[in-house]
Amino acid sequence: MIKFDSVSKRYSSGHEALSRVTFELRTGEFAFLTGHSGAGKSTLLKLVMLMERPSQGQVFIAGQNLNRLRAGQIPYFRRQVGVVFQNHRLLFDRSVFDNVALPLLIAGYQSRELARRVRAALDKVGLLDKEKQNPIVLSGGEQQRVGIARAVVNKPPLLLADEPTGNLDPGLSADIMTLLQQFNEVGVTVLIASHDIALVRQLGQRVLTLGEGRLTHDGVLRSEGVTP
Amino acid sequence: MSWPRRQSKPRPSKAKGATRQQSTSSRKPASAPRSGASQSKTRIADRFGAYFSHHRTTAIESLVRLLATPVQSLLTWLVVAIALALPTVLYLGLVNIERLGDGWQGSPKLSVFLHQRASDEAIQKVSDYLLTKPEVAVVDYISATQALDEFQAYSGFGEVLETLDSNPLPGVLVVQPEAAVTAAQLQALSEELRAHAVVDDLRLDLDWVRRLQQIMALGQRLVLALGGLLALGVLLAIGNTIRLAIENRRDEIVVVKLVGGTNAFVRRPFLYTGWWYGVGGGLLAWVVLGLGLWGLSGPVAQLAELYQSDFRLQGLGWPASVYLVAGSGLLGWCGAWVAVGRHLGAIEPT
Repeated sequence: MIKFDSVSKRYSSGHEALSRVTFELRTGEFAFLTGHSGAGKSTLLKLVMLMERPSQGQVFIAGQNLNRLRAGQIPYFRRQVGVVFQNHRLLFDRSVFDNVALPLLIAGYQSRELARRVRAALDKVGLLDKEKQNPIVLSGGEQQRVGIARAVVNKPPLLLADEPTGNLDPGLSADIMTLLQQFNEVGVTVLIASHDIALVRQLGQRVLTLGEGRLTHDGVLRSEGVTP
Repeated sequence: MSWPRRQSKPRPSKAKGATRQQSTSSRKPASAPRSGASQSKTRIADRFGAYFSHHRTTAIESLVRLLATPVQSLLTWLVVAIALALPTVLYLGLVNIERLGDGWQGSPKLSVFLHQRASDEAIQKVSDYLLTKPEVAVVDYISATQALDEFQAYSGFGEVLETLDSNPLPGVLVVQPEAAVTAAQLQALSEELRAHAVVDDLRLDLDWVRRLQQIMALGQRLVLALGGLLALGVLLAIGNTIRLAIENRRDEIVVVKLVGGTNAFVRRPFLYTGWWYGVGGGLLAWVVLGLGLWGLSGPVAQLAELYQSDFRLQGLGWPASVYLVAGSGLLGWCGAWVAVGRHLGAIEPT
């Protein structure tokens, strides 16, 4: 689903965020992306969702070489990738329902089908009773779950999450991870950037570790095993 | 290779199929699991239905947004209305002056004043002779009595004339030349007529008609130039308002782009906002003009009465009113385009 072929990213400031990163994530896989802040996690995710373009190398998503994608095709590409943001990027000028409905509205769904899908997504994250509320009145964990509902409402085959538990306490973090794993169980490929090593280790999934822009580790972290 | 889960999973709903095909068609045309004419027809119909319903909701939402901040919107509408009302007032002035001068509008005329004692047959003869000439289009005979009546009705000296014992006015032949006739030809014709026995005097209404036409043409130019300048002002004013709206909705634009909104999708609400600013301003300008005309019509009618004229101020009329409002909407839309083109590209998710 995701394939990086010796990808480097150098910003115009001269800072090299990624250097010659190569890895592959197969369809239906679940993986964590870890590393210290500034190690290149965010840059890697930005390359996948075309917020940035690589300076060198190639990124393939579902067999599609992203270098060959024209600017006009980017919106249609992004509809296939669900993204959960650290600061969840919800819009506080509209209800929870309207926040989750946004991707469907963009994709051109008719109102009946749209409402059905939004409710299904909200039901999945356990917020069906809050659809009419403004997200600003929700707790941090609830806001993040609204963000997840918005990311999955379009049923994307690929789900990215950038520090989805960044601001949450351990209990809520575990809930969020469980939720993301549930999507993986129905076939969604999931890649989660997180620096919460304890939680990542606990879940026993594949871990990609970045250090100063290089891939330093790829595999399951054992409890007593490698420290990144 | 493609999105594998998508391909194998059966899809129960039509709408789902429709949008899915829309969003991925550029990349995997062959992988659509269902095919068939009726199916794709439904999809296309669905897609268009969704497209138009989105346009409708966006238009309504934009209007609701404007009405949610009534004072601010009203100020913008007023700016647009004033800028539009100015050239429209000038235009209306021109229209009314033209109407006032309707009697002497059009091509220059040759007025042939006849001797008081000229016989009807002689007059008829001259008239017939004139009609045989290729330069002449129409000959109107205004008898002395008719002339007096007309003079009484339009000159404002009606009561003075009633005190006179006899009619001081001569009969007139009004010669209307063909449109293509040159001034030199008219000059020659008038020389020829001057020699005629029944002709007392001749007046070629050439110079002052030309002058009037020139003044009107100048006025029209002025209206156009002023209208153009003020339209540009409206464009920029609405553009600036839209620029502020874009800044205010920066977060929303970023999120929309992140979840796959096309530039057209992002642009749409702002274009509708510009359109509503324009339409609102146009309507307001129309109301202002209407009120102004209503206020003026009384005094103008009284003034006209003093001159014993039945002249009345003419308003915009329906076609021009529709042009005003629709043109204003178009201006707003264009202003929004300019602003959106300049500022939307700069907002990209980071």
